[in-house]
Amino acid sequence: MCLSMPARVVEIGEEKCTAIVDYLGSRIMVGVELLEAVETGQYVLVHAGEAIQVIDEEQAIQSLDLWKELLE
Amino acid sequence: MNLLAYRNGPLFKRLFRKAAPLMKEQHERVGRKLNFMEVCGTHTVAFSKTGVRDLLAPYVNLISGPGCPVCVTDQSDIDQMIAYAKCEDVIVTTFGDMMKVPGTKSNLYQERANGADIRIVHAPSQALEISKDNPGKRVVFLGVGFETTAPSIALTLKKAKDQEVDNYYVYAAHKLTPPAVESLLQDNDHKIDGFVLPGHVSVIIGRDGWRGLEKYNVPAVISGFEPIDLLTSVVLLLKEMEKPMRVIQNNYQRNVREFGNERAKNLLGEVFEVYSPSWRGFGKLPESGLTIHSDYEEFDARKNILAVKPKSRVVKGCRCGEIVKGKEGPFDCKLFATACTPDNPLGPCMVSSEGTCSTYYQYERQKHSLSK
Ligand code: SF4
Repeated sequence: MCLSMPARVVEIGEEKCTAIVDYLGSRIMVGVELLEAVETGQYVLVHAGEAIQVIDEEQAIQSLDLWKELLE
Repeated sequence: MNLLAYRNGPLFKRLFRKAAPLMKEQHERVGRKLNFMEVCGTHTVAFSKTGVRDLLAPYVNLISGPGCPVCVTDQSDIDQMIAYAKCEDVIVTTFGDMMKVPGTKSNLYQERANGADIRIVHAPSQALEISKDNPGKRVVFLGVGFETTAPSIALTLKKAKDQEVDNYYVYAAHKLTPPAVESLLQDNDHKIDGFVLPGHVSVIIGRDGWRGLEKYNVPAVISGFEPIDLLTSVVLLLKEMEKPMRVIQNNYQRNVREFGNERAKNLLGEVFEVYSPSWRGFGKLPESGLTIHSDYEEFDARKNILAVKPKSRVVKGCRCGEIVKGKEGPFDCKLFATACTPDNPLGPCMVSSEGTCSTYYQYERQKHSLSK
């Protein structure tokens, strides 16, 4: 139930309430009303049919680099 | 997208080689294994499934906490949900993992076999659609979940109001996670050295949502779910242990902002109000749940649908109440993997895929019997 999955936004619906996302190759419709803003191509975290956050890709890379520096 | 980088095997190994001496050092300094609690059920699964639990085992005990929403739902709530299914004109809509949760007399699965109209949905929005498609019926959605799930349910209530849907109801049994962690910190019997905090709850409440824990000065880190997230979060806990003053660490910055998802939080504030529900194992916890706000009371199943439930009791011998507090583990239950299995679950911890018993049944049981 608590599972949330990252998916890529492929298309945003006309009223900006829904979007089609790509999750492991399948296209799913999700709600995007919980997001302040979202663009196609971005990755979002989807939970119970709603996107709950836009994934910060830059931050993803930065955090990992920081760990590499700290531990390598 | 670089997300898979957090699963990168060779990188994980390199990081682990650096982290192991740190763990060893801390282990020797404290003179025993460190006890870290993973609050979230998805973390319990992730630690087992990725093998990180085994790798850390020489130094760290990972204890499952109150992080499976189905498991912490009080027996009386479960019975109430099953009672709705028995009403003639009611369609019960639910996430799939509620189906086999044992009530005092039956479960939803059995009720469906007896003719009740129960429909599994993946998203609460589907429940609202079912209401619109069935105007002659009353549709009840079973609102079980933490801060992560509650916003999607709040959205359906807002839409039901906007669209004047008059046959949609929610039985709100949502729980808030920080009060449960706080109650564990107030329990003097507990020896928990640090907490791995739930990543997806934190997406909604932010690092700020956990600040109330800082007065206990306990190491706590918000974590993601990939192997490198799990390993680095444990390293952060070790580093925090060495500091005199601890602050909540955010090791899931790609998804967790300081103040979380403000839109979702505002919505929760509008549609729900905080109340003090009973949790399985914990009993009543102050300000630890969300119930439907009086402005939305026409959608509150509690207030609008009468369904009499039996007097609640749990299966004799089931230790779920202690397991959700991290005081016992599945191997402490005599029924584990004997009378109680995923096919025939006797308690909620064996039903939900995030339940501790179900996770240990799937991943840890064999290792345990081999080590005996
Ligand atoms: S093994 Fe079954 S009966 Fe025992 S605590 Fe877990 S769910 Fe309850």
